[in-house]
Amino acid sequence: MRLIRTVGNWLDARLQLGSPIRQTMRHPIPRETASWAYVFGSAAMTVFAFQVVTGILLALIYVPSAGEAWNSLQILNHQVTLGWFIRALHGWGSNFMLAIVLIHMVQVFLFGAYKFPRELTWILGIFLLLMTLGMAFTGQVLRFDQDAYWGLGIGASISSRVPVVGPLLVKLLLGGPIIAGATLSRFFAFHVFVIPGLLIGFVGLHLLLVLKLGINEWPMPGRLVRRSDYTEKYHELTHTEGMPFVPNGIVKDAIFSGAILLAIAACALYFGPFGPSGQPDPRIIQTVPKPDFFFLWLYALLSLLPPAMETPVLLIGPAIALVILLALPFFSGEGEKSWRRRPIAVLTILLSAVTLGTFTSLADHAPWSPVMDASTATAIPAKFVAGRTPIEVQGALVFQSKQCHNCHSLGDIGGKRGPALDAVAVRLTGDQLVRQVLQGGGNMPAYGKNLNPAQTTALVAFLETLHPSAQTPAREAARSDASLTAGIQP
Amino acid sequence: MSDLSRRQVVFKSAMLFNGAVGVLLAIPIVRYLFSPVSRERKSGYENWVSLGSVHEFPAGQTRLATYRNPIANASDGETADLPCWVRNIDGNRFQVFAINCAHLGCPVRWFPQSRLFMCPCHGGVYYEDGARASGPPERGLFEYAFKVVDGKLQIRAGEMPTPGFSAANKNKTLIQIERQPPCA
Repeated sequence: MRLIRTVGNWLDARLQLGSPIRQTMRHPIPRETASWAYVFGSAAMTVFAFQVVTGILLALIYVPSAGEAWNSLQILNHQVTLGWFIRALHGWGSNFMLAIVLIHMVQVFLFGAYKFPRELTWILGIFLLLMTLGMAFTGQVLRFDQDAYWGLGIGASISSRVPVVGPLLVKLLLGGPIIAGATLSRFFAFHVFVIPGLLIGFVGLHLLLVLKLGINEWPMPGRLVRRSDYTEKYHELTHTEGMPFVPNGIVKDAIFSGAILLAIAACALYFGPFGPSGQPDPRIIQTVPKPDFFFLWLYALLSLLPPAMETPVLLIGPAIALVILLALPFFSGEGEKSWRRRPIAVLTILLSAVTLGTFTSLADHAPWSPVMDASTATAIPAKFVAGRTPIEVQGALVFQSKQCHNCHSLGDIGGKRGPALDAVAVRLTGDQLVRQVLQGGGNMPAYGKNLNPAQTTALVAFLETLHPSAQTPAREAARSDASLTAGIQP
Repeated sequence: MSDLSRRQVVFKSAMLFNGAVGVLLAIPIVRYLFSPVSRERKSGYENWVSLGSVHEFPAGQTRLATYRNPIANASDGETADLPCWVRNIDGNRFQVFAINCAHLGCPVRWFPQSRLFMCPCHGGVYYEDGARASGPPERGLFEYAFKVVDGKLQIRAGEMPTPGFSAANKNKTLIQIERQPPCA
């Protein structure tokens, strides 16, 4: 014990860090901020440190080479003792970090913490969010599988749309003319050196500002922020009524950070590592690339935007969002902090959450993508073919063999790209069906060149049977021949 | 001249010297960083590569072909082995399509029964001649220039086709400069 003290004193006589560290630990904080609402910033930092550690552990085995990366992930998953667990920790750590950073941002926004004098803290936080997203994307690339390969293709295609410098950006992004070895190497450099280096620097500044300016006080409705007297009032909250950060404030931070690490470990243990999916061999085209969870909303957006709006929205949208976020503390730097009196702030959060949530859940089942194997792997439910005439059954065969099923569902089976055809005969008459099949339109390809008259007749005969038994099929008002009027009378 | 101002002059020149060295070193560093771009200006990325004998592509059919990218390094592994779709229109005339969807680059698949290319990502669909049929793409499939030399089908390849690239290089490749007149 005495030896430790002696060594400690010897070190402190030279480093002289003891007193500033003690001062920092005991800095006074407002009483109400020792709250569960204030634990997300420290948790984000803890998970980041955890990511650095697990990242270094992975780098002991991982080979950042396009020819070897996928194999080294297999070795990690299957040969190295607990390699799968370290991969799972890093993968789940990444998801938790993004989630906690977002929750932290929402909390800070709703508590008005970005207002005077903490504008710069907020701005640094925005950059930290961008870097965290950058880590998530580059990390997804390092898991060099089919999703990573085609995800890079999407990244390149989006970059190429930037006016004038687009093609140049693509080459800088890929490190060459195609997605290859140089691409992975540069994403490795960014994921392992550039972005983490910046993150460490920015986290340091972010934290320094929290210490210098003090943690945001608990917002009370009606207690307005004014540049003239804020510092004075805050001083009162901390120095007169406050309490030291250690031990009073840090308890909940420590418990929450520990719980989060435990949750990451539990997820890693239970769910295991993410992928890798198939080999990054572009010749294997039987693949349905999908981004990781946190970019699913973007996947949905890219599918649902009208084509002409896509490029402007992709290129200008993020810039506008960034400007709004950065400018926020300047046009709303004073006034009410409490969310109870800031309905627009609350609505903004709700709207963003609902929008992102809706896009994410849509992307989960991707109704805009054709089901690529529906024509070979999914059958038409029996009720749609039972008791049909030979020509109608022939039409069902045409429906199946011509890949109609890839985009149209029957009995909820098949693609959702086009409308479900369970009751198409109620909507369209025979003539309209013929025209729709042959000419296409309304986002449907024209099949005129691919169907001979016999196939068309059979297909339309089949489609005309697709209506609920209680509903009459559509018929042309101008025609009154016996075959139509002889049907069910309304 | 007072001692103070002399010191300031020395200080400023020291800083200036340091800045000049910085700029001097920045030039090669920037050139190094931009090598993927400048490389293209010098020798170009594209070259003729063979897809194999024309007999491997029967008339009236569309088949997947693969080639090794003309510029490839050992570390590229399988990523330098690229696929493309070869359509033999009538025995003499060909169309060679890039695998990448003109929307965002995902791999399109050919369905011979419905004679359509479909993209698994965002649902782009193309007709057999590469023209856009439906979905988010704003144009048809990218095409490679091709020629037949000694019974081998060759294409001019080397760069990933992207919407921006083909828009900026209308007269270069990926637009059929050596293609025979389109089918009647």
